[in-house]
Amino acid sequence: MKVKQLSVFLENKSGRLATVTKVLGDHQINIRALSIADTTDFGILRLIVDQPDKASQVLKENDFTVSETDVIAVQMSDKPGGLAAVLKVLEDIKINIEYMYAFVGRTDADAVVVFRVEDIDRAVELLQKAGVKLLCAEEVYAF
Amino acid sequence: MWNPEMELMSRSELQKLQSQRLKNTVERVYHNVPFYKKKFDEAGIKPEHIQSVADLARLPFTTKQDLRDNYPLNLFAVPQDEVVRIHASSGTTGKMTVVGYTRHDINIWAELMARTFGCGGVTHKDIIQVAYGYGLFTGGLGAHYGAEKIGATVVPISGGNTKRQLQIMADFGTTVLACTPSYALYMAETAPEAGIQLSDLKLRVGFFGAEPWSNNMRKEIEAKWNIKAFDIYGLSEIIGPGVSSECMQQDGLHVWEDHFLVEVIDPNTGEVLPDGEKGELVFTCITKEALPLIRYRTRDISIITHEPCACGRTHARMHRVMGRTDDMLIIRGVNVFPSQIESVLLEIGETEPHYQLIVDREGNLDDLEIWVEVSERLFSDEVRKLEQLESYIRREIQSTLGISAKVKLVEPKTIARSEGKAKRIIDRRDVYKQS
Repeated sequence: MKVKQLSVFLENKSGRLATVTKVLGDHQINIRALSIADTTDFGILRLIVDQPDKASQVLKENDFTVSETDVIAVQMSDKPGGLAAVLKVLEDIKINIEYMYAFVGRTDADAVVVFRVEDIDRAVELLQKAGVKLLCAEEVYAF
Repeated sequence: MWNPEMELMSRSELQKLQSQRLKNTVERVYHNVPFYKKKFDEAGIKPEHIQSVADLARLPFTTKQDLRDNYPLNLFAVPQDEVVRIHASSGTTGKMTVVGYTRHDINIWAELMARTFGCGGVTHKDIIQVAYGYGLFTGGLGAHYGAEKIGATVVPISGGNTKRQLQIMADFGTTVLACTPSYALYMAETAPEAGIQLSDLKLRVGFFGAEPWSNNMRKEIEAKWNIKAFDIYGLSEIIGPGVSSECMQQDGLHVWEDHFLVEVIDPNTGEVLPDGEKGELVFTCITKEALPLIRYRTRDISIITHEPCACGRTHARMHRVMGRTDDMLIIRGVNVFPSQIESVLLEIGETEPHYQLIVDREGNLDDLEIWVEVSERLFSDEVRKLEQLESYIRREIQSTLGISAKVKLVEPKTIARSEGKAKRIIDRRDVYKQS
C-alpha cells in the first residue's frame, strides 16, 4: 500500500519546471499529482507519475537529481471534514507528517491526499487498522 | 628612514653580509633540522658547498607541503624552549601552517616592520591604528611590534568594529592606518553612517597588505581617505608582514635583503629567472633562528629589479604581487584553498564533489559564495534536510577557514566543466589587474 513518489531538485530559476514536465511529456509519462516545496534558492518538486521508474531514468538522463520515496495515498471523501477525520487518526496513532499534498479524482466525489511520514510501515498498518482507505499505486494512477 | 645604515648599504657590502649570513644559516639548518639534512644530502649538498649568495641556486626548494609534512614544529631549528611565539595560518587542506619565533626573531621582525613604517615617513610622533587581526594571524602583532619599535603610539584595535574604529580614529587623532586594503575601503564607505567626515581626520598614510590589490584600488583608497597608501608584503612562513614594503616612490616593494634573499624562478622548471622576468617569488631566510626556510616557494608571481631606487635604498624591489601559481585565494585577508572546501564536502560523504567558489567584492568587502551541486547522495525530498545540509557546510567552512560563506545548492552540471574538470574558482574582484 505504498506509492512511489519522485522528488526532483530544482534551482529557483525560470524554465526548470517547464523542462521537467517537457521531458516527462516527451516520454509519454503522465503526472497524477505534484507539489513543490520551495526556499529562496531552490525547490523540491514532488511527483506521482504513472511510470515512476521510467520517469526517474529519463530525468536523470537529463541531468536532474532525482530521488524516490515511498508515500501513502489516502482516499477520503471530498467534503468538509474529510481531511480532518484522517488527520485525527494520524494524531491518535502518533504518526508525524513530514509533508502532504492533495489532488481530486477524475469523477468520484472522493479526493486523494498523499502523506510522507517517518515510519511508513507502521503508518500503513495502523491506518488500515483504523479503517482508513489507502490506495495502491495502480489505484492512484487510475483514480 | 628607520635604519639608513642597512637600508642604504652598498650592494657589494650587502652581498658580503648576505653571503656570510647564508653560510651560517645553511650550516645551522643542516645540523639542526633533520628535514634539511636529508634534503641536502639527497641533493648532494654539503654546507661547505655554499660559500656565497652565488651558490644559492644549488640549494633545494622548500614548499608549503614540506611545512605540512612537518606539522606542527618539526622544521624548527631551535629547541622549543627558545621559541617565544607561535603564529599559524590556514593550510591547504585544513591543517594549519605553523611558524615560530625566538626572541631574536621577534626583534628582527619589529625592526623590519619599523623600516616598513619608516618607508612612509612614520616617526615616534605618529599614532598608528593597527586594524589587522591580532592572534594567530601575523598581521596584527607584526605591525604592532614594528610600531612600538619606532616609538609611535599604537592603537591595537584589531579588525572589525568598524564604527568604533572610525570614532577612535577621529577622537585619538590617528595618523597612520594599517589594515587590509579592502577593509580600508570598507571603513571609508562606513564613515558617513558612523557620522565621521573623512576629511576631518588626521590620517596621513596607510600600510595595506595581507591580500592582493590593484593600483586602481590604491587610487581609490588615496582619494577617499586623502592619504598616501603603501603596499606591504609578507607571509607568515618567511616572517609575516615586513618582508618587503613600498617606499615614497610607490614603485615596487623593497625586499629587506639583509634578512631575506629573494629570487624569481620559473614555476615549472625551478630555474632562476633574471631581473625583469615574471615568475614565482622564492625567499630564503638568512637571519631567522626558529624557522629559517631555505628557498621557500611562495607561489606568488612577481618580478624583481635591482635597479637603484630614487629613494636611495639599495635593496631589490619586487613588483606588487601579480598572481598565484596555485589556486589559493585571499578572501578578507584569509588564505583560502579550494581543497579546503573540498575536504569539507568529502566529509559529508561526497566522493567526487562538484563545487565552485565565487568570489566578489560587494561594497568593498569580499564575498564568498560556494555553489555545491546536489548529487543523489546529498539530495533529500525534505526541505528541512537540504537546509540543514546548507547550514552544515556553512558552519564547517566557518570553522575550518575562519570566514563566512554563503552556500548555494545547485543542480547537477550547473558548474561549467572544461575537459571534464570543473572550473573551481570564479574571482570577479580583479585583484591582480595591473594598471
